[in-house]
This record gives sequence, C-alpha cells and structure tokens, in this order.
Amino acid sequence: MDYFWDLFFSGLTRGSIYALIALGYTMVYGIIELINFAHGEIYMLGAFTGLIVAGICSVLGLSLISTLVLAIVIAMIYASAYGVTVERIAYRPLRNAPRLSPLISAIGMSIFLQNYVLLAQTSKFVPFPNLIPDFAFMQPFEDFIGPSELVIIVVTAVAMTVLTLFIKYTKIGKAMRATAQNRKMALLCGVNVDHVISMTFIIGSALAALGGVLIGSYMGQINFFIGFIAGIKAFTAAVLGGIGSIPGAVLGGLILGWTESFATGYVSSDYQDVFAFCLLVLILIFRPAGILGRTNTKKV
Amino acid sequence: MKGFIRSLQVALWFMFLTFPIMVIKVDIVEKTVQWRWMNLVYVGIGSFVLSFVWRFLMEKKNKGIKAREESRDEKLSFIQKILTEPRYNRPLFLGLLLFVLVFPWMFSTYQTNIMISALLYVVLGLGLNIVVGLAGLLDLGYVAFYAVGAYAYALLNYHFHLGFWTVLPIGGLLAAIFGILLGIPVLRLRGDYLAIVTLGFGEIIRLVLENWDEFSFGPSGISNIPRPGFFGLHLTVEQATIYIYYLVVIMSLITIFVVNRLQNSRLGRAWLALREDEIACEAMGIDRMKTKLAAFALGATWAGFAGVIFAAKTTFINPASFTFMESAIILSIVVLGGMGSIPGVILAAFLMILLPEYLRAFSQYRMLLFGASMVLVMVFRPQGLIPNVRRKYLYGQKQGVR
Repeated sequence: MDYFWDLFFSGLTRGSIYALIALGYTMVYGIIELINFAHGEIYMLGAFTGLIVAGICSVLGLSLISTLVLAIVIAMIYASAYGVTVERIAYRPLRNAPRLSPLISAIGMSIFLQNYVLLAQTSKFVPFPNLIPDFAFMQPFEDFIGPSELVIIVVTAVAMTVLTLFIKYTKIGKAMRATAQNRKMALLCGVNVDHVISMTFIIGSALAALGGVLIGSYMGQINFFIGFIAGIKAFTAAVLGGIGSIPGAVLGGLILGWTESFATGYVSSDYQDVFAFCLLVLILIFRPAGILGRTNTKKV
Repeated sequence: MKGFIRSLQVALWFMFLTFPIMVIKVDIVEKTVQWRWMNLVYVGIGSFVLSFVWRFLMEKKNKGIKAREESRDEKLSFIQKILTEPRYNRPLFLGLLLFVLVFPWMFSTYQTNIMISALLYVVLGLGLNIVVGLAGLLDLGYVAFYAVGAYAYALLNYHFHLGFWTVLPIGGLLAAIFGILLGIPVLRLRGDYLAIVTLGFGEIIRLVLENWDEFSFGPSGISNIPRPGFFGLHLTVEQATIYIYYLVVIMSLITIFVVNRLQNSRLGRAWLALREDEIACEAMGIDRMKTKLAAFALGATWAGFAGVIFAAKTTFINPASFTFMESAIILSIVVLGGMGSIPGVILAAFLMILLPEYLRAFSQYRMLLFGASMVLVMVFRPQGLIPNVRRKYLYGQKQGVR
C-alpha cells in the first residue's frame, strides 16, 4: 500500500506542475484560439532564471527560504516579460491572419527560444539546487511524500485558488472572460482587448515560471529542452480537461499526472512519454471537447 | 526622431529581458558566477538596429496591403514571371537540369553527398507540401513516415534480405498505410488539434523505436544496411554515391512531376477548396474524409520513399535521425518556400540544407535562424519566398486560362 501512496503523491506532484503550465495554454487558447507552442519554452526560461537567481543567492550566502522566494518572484517577472514580448513579436501582427500562420510562427518562436538558451547557457543538463528545506513535522509521512512534493502541491493549490478568485472578482478578470466569450463584442463594450491579451500572457507565463522553478528544485537538474516535452504534456492536460476551461486544466493535469505515475509504476518506465501521447490521441478521438469542455458547432 | 526614441526603448527592453540568460552563467556545484557583460552590449546594439528594420518592414507590409486592396488584379513577382513564361523558363529549367546531371562529375564525393541530402529534402518538402500546402492540414509528425520508410528497408533487409528495389515500393506503401491509420481517427479534428496529435504520433513512433529493443534494436540503431544494387555489379563507395545521387535526382523529378500533376487534378483542386473552406467544400459534394485521407496517404508515401533512400544512403539508421526537429525543418521548408508552391519548396529546401553546410561558421546558429526565419516569414511574407500562383479563369477580352 505504501507503494501505491508513493505513486499517488508523485502523480499528484507531477499533475500539479502540468496543471500550472496547462493554465497558460488554456487561458491563451480561450482568448485568442491559438496553441501557444512557445509556452513550454517560457516555462524553461523561468526554470533557468530561477537557477541563475539561486546561483547568485548561494554565492551571496542568503538563507534557503529567501533564495526560494527570490528565485520564484524574479523568475515569474522575467517569464511574464518574455511572454509579453513573444506575443508582441510573433502573435500580435498575425491576429487577423489565417489560423495556420500564428501556429507556425509559434513553433518558430519555440525553436528560437530553445536555441537561444542553448547558445547563451549550455546544451548539457545543469544541476539545480534543492531550494526546499526539510520540515520537522513531515517526519512520520516521509515514506511516501517528501518536502518538495508537499510544497509543490500546496503552492499549486494556492496559485489555483488565487487565479480563480482573480478571474471571478476583479475587473480585469471580468474583461478576460468577456474577451474569451466574444472578442468583438468585448471591444465594442470598451474592453481594451490588447491589454487583456497581454495580461493573459503575463499570468500564464508567471504560472509556468512558478512551475519551472519548483520542478527544477524537485528534479535537481534542468536543460534547454525540458520545455518541449513539458509543453506537450501540459497541452495534453489542457485538452483532457477541455481547452479554455480553467478547472478543466487543473483536472486534466492531475489525471495526466496520475496516469503517468501509475503507468510507470505498475506497467513499464520505458514508455512514460508514450502513455501521455496515447492518452492525448484517445481523448481527441473520443471526446475532442475534453472532460469539462463545451462542444461548439460551427455555423455558416 | 520619434523612431529613434522608440528603438532606444526597444533596445533597453531587450537588454533587460535577456540580461539573466545572456549575461550571467552560474555553476551551482562550484558556486561560481560568470558575468559576460559584452553580450549585453551586443544585444543592445542588435535590437536597436533590428527595431529599425522591423518598423521599416512593417510599414512596407501595411502599404502593400493597402495597395493590393486598391488595385484588384494581382501583379506577378519577377520570379513568378520567369517561371510561368515558357520563353524564359524552358532554357532555365534545361540549364538547371544539365547542371544537376553533371554535378557529381564536377565536384567531390563530399559535395555529392550534401547534394543528395538536399534533394532528399526536396522530396520530403514536396511530400509535406501535399499535406500542409495543398490540403491545409498541419502535420507536425511527418518525420514518423520517413522513419517508417527507413526502418522498413533496414528491418526487411535484416530479416528477409530483401533488396533496395523490392523495398522501395513496400516502404512507400507501408508509409501510406500508416498515414491512413493515423488519418482515420484524427482527421475529424480541427487544424490545431490535428497539429498536436500528429506531433504526438511522431513522438510515439520515435519512442517506440527507441525502447522496443527486440524489434528495432533500440537507440543503437541498425548498421550495415546495403546500398542499392546495380545489376549485381559491385560498386565502390564513390561509385555508389554517384549512383544514389542519380537515383535521388530521378526520384525528385518524379516527385515534382507527380505533385505538379496532382495539384492541377480534380483531387488537387478539391484539396485547395478544402483548405479554404471545409463547409462550402462539402456543400459542393466533395467527400471530406476521402479527400483528406488521400492527402495524408500521398504525402506519407513520399516520406516513405525518401526514408528507404535515406537508409540506403547512410547505411546506418537510429531513432535520433527522426526527432521533432526534423519535422520542424521539413515544415519550415514548406512554409519558407511558400505553401503549395513547387518551385518555392525546391528553392527553400536547397537554401535550408546547403546554406548551413557552406556557412560552417554559423552552423551552431542554424536552428536559431530556422526559428527566427519561421516567425519572420509568417509575419512579413506569409505567402513564402515564391508564392504559389493560383489557377484562375479570366473573363473579358482575354478568354482563357492563366
């Protein structure tokens, strides 16, 4: 039974990270109907920024907890800046172009950012320091849940709650929902759509960076390519839950995390990524709208 | 002056943005921090200059859109004129063909090898052009079909000692079957979902090849794949290279011919219609599923052929040759060249493969430039290097087809 709980919590941890990244996909898709391929790269950039901040802090000799906070905050700021810049360069000029154009531009951006980090930093795996301290009260549970896992799960839960409240109760959140429903109508009602789209990219990127720093600390190493696989899986999670729906992204992330964790634990660890892709293909075939998604029929 | 300040702002923004990644490099184990301040200067100057270029191109593009709205008839560009006018294009094509034919006798084996891979990418690009350019289905897992072709030859040869000529059609057929197998379930999906599923499919194929050791010999791949036989004669490596070179030339000529005929056929026009508007297309009585499946299967066939030739050329294959990057390169060939445009795809394939080979100094920036050029082409020249000329009927004084 311990093995089961071990897998359960590692799946929950993984799922939380997927959910954090998936939120960025789902929000962007909800508003401009674009699969933001570069989103995984934003997550990777967040992880690298976190690593750099952590490195400087360790040279300066700051305490572990302040290092963690600084790394997360600066990584989130920088990732948001990257997100906004990517939107300005690669997506905004193409807003009225055919659907395929921004998608291809997004793939180009993703390749560009990967190689930018590859050239500016390194092509190898770099070690990431463990930023999460050991908690004394965790002693009795440490067989199946470690401190990093607990922090990831708690932080994710808090971030989700804040985001939900933000979308529901603030003015800009309302503007976002309006834009997602009907961009033209929102524009007519005086919503600054450009501003809303930028805001979406800022929030999505910040969440991805949060995920990036946490997973870096959890896994202990990062490289320039982590964004690709994580991006596809997070997208799978977003589609699984129903793209465009925020609770759906969280649900999808968790389901994907558990699937992977149990499948690798009980079936085979070689095919870990294959399970995720198979799940994606199966969902898209049988329920393209996702678990919590709505089907909208196209009218002529 | 206003532009100057704007560019200054852009430069400052990019200096801020790239500061951690470009300037700082930390080593957690050794606890050292490396500061590379020069990079910041380069980024500043670079983005300052590029922002001027960006604004200039943006203005030009906006003017172009306005001009096109005012004058209704499209003007053909210089290159298009040369390519469509028989007076010019016949000597041009003849000269090119002659050059291609004497190429292996004029240059070294090394050069010939590069040319072979460039021509293989022409075939791959034209194959993907059917799927993406004509039918408008974004396929990000195209390399999977290439892998199917390559592994078909390697495995059939290993187990059953089948020769190159036997496997060539089998490889194409297998790839087409895989295309249909993938196509049946996913073609109901909308454009961007299709992109993700094909990407997933490509990765599944690669991961299976990497992990299923009994079947595909895992990451170490298969070596000692024989080169194609030439009526039972024994060829040296140089001779074999030249022989494969001519094979690839013939292959690409056939591909160009077939794709060109397909484009103007009933099926090709159905693809174009499907790309533009699915609902209208169905209303005109075109079977959507059948047409899409045909695109997928035909596109995959060429990848299968190219895969068999690739395996025969390198005599060694492993899953590392079939990553997503490969799909991205083929896709960017199609996009850069101009979706649906055969001369464009050919030109782009040569540019993409030959430029990095001859600009060795920049070879590490190759993928960076790929990515950047995909974005820039989409933003400033979405129709590609040599835009496709649509067949249209002109009424009025000039009766006939152009």
